[in-house]
Amino acid sequence: MSALLSIRGLTAGYGGLPVIDGIDLDVAPRTVSVIIGPNGAGKSTLLKSVFALTRIEAGKIAFDDRDITGLATAELVPIGIAAVPQSRNVFTTLTVAENLDVGTYAAPPRDRRAVEERVLTLFPDLRAKLGQPAGTLSGGQRQMVAMGRALMSEPKLLLLDEPTAGLSPAYLERIFDLILGIRAVGVTILMVEQNARQALRIADRGHVLVNGRNFQSGTGMELLGDENVRRSFLGGGTA
Amino acid sequence: MIEFVNFYLIPAFTLGAIYALGAVGISMIFGILRFAHFAHGDVMTLGAYGTLTAVWLIPLPPLLLLPFGIALAIVATLAVDRMFYRPLRKLATIYTVISSFGVALIFRSLAQLFWGAQNEVYVPGVQRPLVFFDTIRVSALHIEAILIIIVIALTLHVFLTRSRLGRSMRAVSDEPELAAVSGLDTDRVIRWTWIIGASLAAIAGTLAGLDTDVHPNLGWNLLLPMFAASILGGIGKPMGALAGGMVIGLAEELSAYPWLGDGPLISPSYKTAVAFFIMVALLIFKPQGLFKGRLL
Repeated sequence: MSALLSIRGLTAGYGGLPVIDGIDLDVAPRTVSVIIGPNGAGKSTLLKSVFALTRIEAGKIAFDDRDITGLATAELVPIGIAAVPQSRNVFTTLTVAENLDVGTYAAPPRDRRAVEERVLTLFPDLRAKLGQPAGTLSGGQRQMVAMGRALMSEPKLLLLDEPTAGLSPAYLERIFDLILGIRAVGVTILMVEQNARQALRIADRGHVLVNGRNFQSGTGMELLGDENVRRSFLGGGTA
Repeated sequence: MIEFVNFYLIPAFTLGAIYALGAVGISMIFGILRFAHFAHGDVMTLGAYGTLTAVWLIPLPPLLLLPFGIALAIVATLAVDRMFYRPLRKLATIYTVISSFGVALIFRSLAQLFWGAQNEVYVPGVQRPLVFFDTIRVSALHIEAILIIIVIALTLHVFLTRSRLGRSMRAVSDEPELAAVSGLDTDRVIRWTWIIGASLAAIAGTLAGLDTDVHPNLGWNLLLPMFAASILGGIGKPMGALAGGMVIGLAEELSAYPWLGDGPLISPSYKTAVAFFIMVALLIFKPQGLFKGRLL
């Protein structure tokens, strides 16, 4: 199967020294891929580079067999990429319904209602909160609004930056379930996760980044079973 | 009582409407472009002169010629945004604030250059007030001003909550980075912020000119109470700024009413001090304003 997203030799940063250096990464369609690694490994930078939020020094990014290196963020949303930042990822003074609506502006769907209905089927919790300002919701519910907003542009690829950061263990499980639900409707997911062990458990593919370089890749299960990965990045113990 | 309504309350609503129209622009510009636009008063002045020029050329009532004042204000703000504000947008906002001081001086000087420093009136002669129930005497202008502010408040509310552009503006004001990540066209939002802010300023300027007269310092003199109004309304909250403008207008006018004894409570020449006092008190005790806006 040819990759939906293909990254080759990507070196990028924020103008100073590059944060990631020569990264290669492929994401197959309709899969969940997770990027893990220690703090400062460049996980978020890699994700932001795909979404044109960093300065790319070298390398190529291809999406859907098309070179997207150098395209602006506003151009990426219409061709099928959406992203959810780690923090400040909802419009707090806008209602939940308005947050979802804003998600359609960059790539207006033919049938807005049908898309909203699909999103609300994925996140049934939001249905009762549609008229409420997003700022009044709990952390987990905000994460759902943020993912819902991104899905309103009907992306093929959804980028998630630490979707479970700061959430309670109960919500953590719930968010991972929802991510599998999103995959089930045909959306490919590339995410960065701090809760590496749980993330690898649901991931089709995992990529370990260390010091801005590829360290190891494999299926989620392979990485969970790998002695080296377990000792260095999963805090030891059994999977 | 009737005297209170005729000479204090209705003029207060008119003054409030003028402040409110200016304050909306200041508040929106602060919310979306993140800087205090000190040239906003002078945008009002240009709008007032734009309408005045049309009045000289076309024999119609000034309010019907508002589109000319609005057009001049829009062209002027879009031009200065392109020339002076946009190149500074990536820098700390203090550069843009200082630059807007410069733009204020440019606008004022241009007004003086083209139209002269003297006072001008739209319609010469004394305007007869309308009399209702034999007691309430209202000038047509004051009724028009109150109607205009009501229509604009309703339109603005519907625009901000229902339209795509209005929601995009609120989104950019709320979380600019997330708005960019969502693929919103920030430049378009900024352009429309100027267009709306300038239009409302031109209306405010013309109303102020009709209420008294038109002169190059017209808008600059109103800048302080308009800032007070937008802070009162919670900066970045256009509807709050509308309410803030009405409150400041009422506070200024009603402070001169003889509440105690025969003389005015506060001498009318200290009117602006009332706005200033409210602004300082708010910044100290309630800096987010009455409607939970952003901190300055």
